[in-house]
Amino acid sequence: MNENINETVIRLEHIGMIYKTGAINYEALKDINLTIRKGEFFSIMGASGSGKSTLMNILGCLDKPTFGKYFLEDEDVSTLSKDRLAEIRNKKIGFVFQGFNLIQRLSVIENVELPLFYAGLTHKEANIEAKKALRLVDIPENKENNFPNQISGGEQQRVAIARAIVHNASIIMADEPTGNLDSVRSNELMSFFKKINAERNATIILVTHEPDVAAFAKKHITVKDGHIVDN
Amino acid sequence: MKFPILLDVQSAFKTFARNKARSFLTTLGIIIGVASVIATVSIGQGASASVQDAINAMGSNLLIILPGSSNLGGVQTGFGELPTLTLQDAEAIRKLPAVKTDAANIRMNEQVIWRGNNWGASVLGTSSTFPVIRKWPVTKGEFFDKQQVDTAANVAVIGTTVATQLFGLMNPVGHIVLIHNVPFKIIGELKSIGFNAFGQDQDDLVTVPITTMMEKIAGISWVNIIMVSAKSKKDTEIAQNQITALLRQKHHIPPHKPNDFYIRNLTQIAQTASSSAQIFTILLAAVAAVSLLVGGIGIMNIMLVSVTERTKEIGIRMAVGAKKNDILKQFLIESSVLSLFGGVLGIGLGIGISDLISVISPLHTILTIEPILISIVFSVAVGVFFGFYPAYKASNLNPVEALRYE
Ligand SMILES: Nc1ncnc2c1ncn2[C@@H]1O[C@H](COP(=O)(O)OP(=O)(O)O)[C@@H](O)[C@H]1O
Ligand SMILES: [Mg+2]
Repeated sequence: MNENINETVIRLEHIGMIYKTGAINYEALKDINLTIRKGEFFSIMGASGSGKSTLMNILGCLDKPTFGKYFLEDEDVSTLSKDRLAEIRNKKIGFVFQGFNLIQRLSVIENVELPLFYAGLTHKEANIEAKKALRLVDIPENKENNFPNQISGGEQQRVAIARAIVHNASIIMADEPTGNLDSVRSNELMSFFKKINAERNATIILVTHEPDVAAFAKKHITVKDGHIVDN
Repeated sequence: MKFPILLDVQSAFKTFARNKARSFLTTLGIIIGVASVIATVSIGQGASASVQDAINAMGSNLLIILPGSSNLGGVQTGFGELPTLTLQDAEAIRKLPAVKTDAANIRMNEQVIWRGNNWGASVLGTSSTFPVIRKWPVTKGEFFDKQQVDTAANVAVIGTTVATQLFGLMNPVGHIVLIHNVPFKIIGELKSIGFNAFGQDQDDLVTVPITTMMEKIAGISWVNIIMVSAKSKKDTEIAQNQITALLRQKHHIPPHKPNDFYIRNLTQIAQTASSSAQIFTILLAAVAAVSLLVGGIGIMNIMLVSVTERTKEIGIRMAVGAKKNDILKQFLIESSVLSLFGGVLGIGLGIGISDLISVISPLHTILTIEPILISIVFSVAVGVFFGFYPAYKASNLNPVEALRYE
């Protein structure tokens, strides 16, 4: 299908993460090695407290690992500054959070425009792109200026997706996105991930502890006590 | 720092619109601070202008020569009571090149009587040049001329207060009044000029020729004061030097002896008075500015609350690509807009207070654009200064922790 199908997008080498809480050091990740290729639909499973979110935060460039190297599209990002990481998140990664995480003070369209403003687009350009993304997730024009609390839960979910894909991120990351959803909405969300995975060849990384949800992915790993265990 | 400023400003306004009461209370400190700066400065500038006006009203380029010695501790026997200045001095001074005109004065308080009416007024013996030097025209009749002064005529020109007290609504011109038991014919009435800066009624005045005053009322051969009008503002200092030289020569003062007169330059006095009014204004404004700082602390307080409340929002913004400076800028703009808003309301309130003061009190207030502009700049500066710590705190949040905040 795609000539880049085998291109490595993410490579983790001996990643370790230690949380320091006062005098106590907690080793949340131990010697993680992982390769994710372009266009993969990837799930990370594991029990609560096993280290999934810790791993996801490192993958999403929201946090830096204590040890090891992280190559994102061949760039070593494990040593970059906070601002450089912000730039990488802005350009390459779209997040779908549990509970959507829309900014309540901003209208639907302003929420979707946000990543584009930080990317330096003008208001006009951002507006055009945001409208496109909203149409893609079936949010009609007359709801663009509503605030998140004025639209339904399903619509909020779609706005959150629009924000994640508005700048054509090559990687979509979602940490337990279905955690608060009923099965209908959860299926709707997963179908959407499947769709952009197929249509845009976007890499999808999904953290979940629900096997039904993980079943949408094509590749799986399981984390247990900070280790990756093979399925 | 790519996020457009205009959007931050817009977003700041939205935040305040959602929390109207809180935003208003937060800016109250700034509002009161700016309003008190504006009001005090307007009082100070009004006072400064009043001093200027009062001195200008006394005549331009005016020099006042008094008997006595300034470097011996001023007039030791009381205002103008040393017998060192004479009419002859005044006449000689008039001929100096830098001098336009002069008037020699003697002032005394006397009863003025017309039929049964009796009024205590300030009686001023002066020269025919008085209306010119004091810029004080006659509205009815006319002022006495040089010939009437030379012949010590029994004529008087009265101020409006004296006219009203003695004659009511009648025209006083042509009537005979008694001053010090000497009959004087009223030949004119001076224009009403009201109170001076010291609260004295300047219209409570009777002017008579200086010669008549000396011979028939005071019984003295010297004058209290000689007022000189220099040809121009620049000439006041030249005139001062020429008069000093002339009087020293006429009074036969040897070189090592001090002057037996002294000269006050009203231009200099005006400058001193207005600069001390300015210092006074600055002091008042500085005191008022302290409340601006207190207002700034109020802003800092509420911005810290706001940063905490919006931790999650900050996390989301960081996750989608906001850098430290983007967050810093957002909150700095928010605090500046907040204090600017307070500043604008404060200016409105200050203008209102300043107008009210000028209406309900005898103080005269003046508002220029400078204190308004300075207040605007200052309130934005307060917002930036006191908003910096909360904004810095926000920009240093860890995105993971901020996102986890509920
Ligand atoms: N900021 C932190 N400080 C200290 N310990 C943490 C922190 N974040 C997570 N942990 C600990 O690390 C372990 C893994 O957490 P996490 O990655 O959130 O697990 P999961 O997402 O799989 O439930 C847990 O024991 C958790 O308590
Ligand atoms: Mg988790």
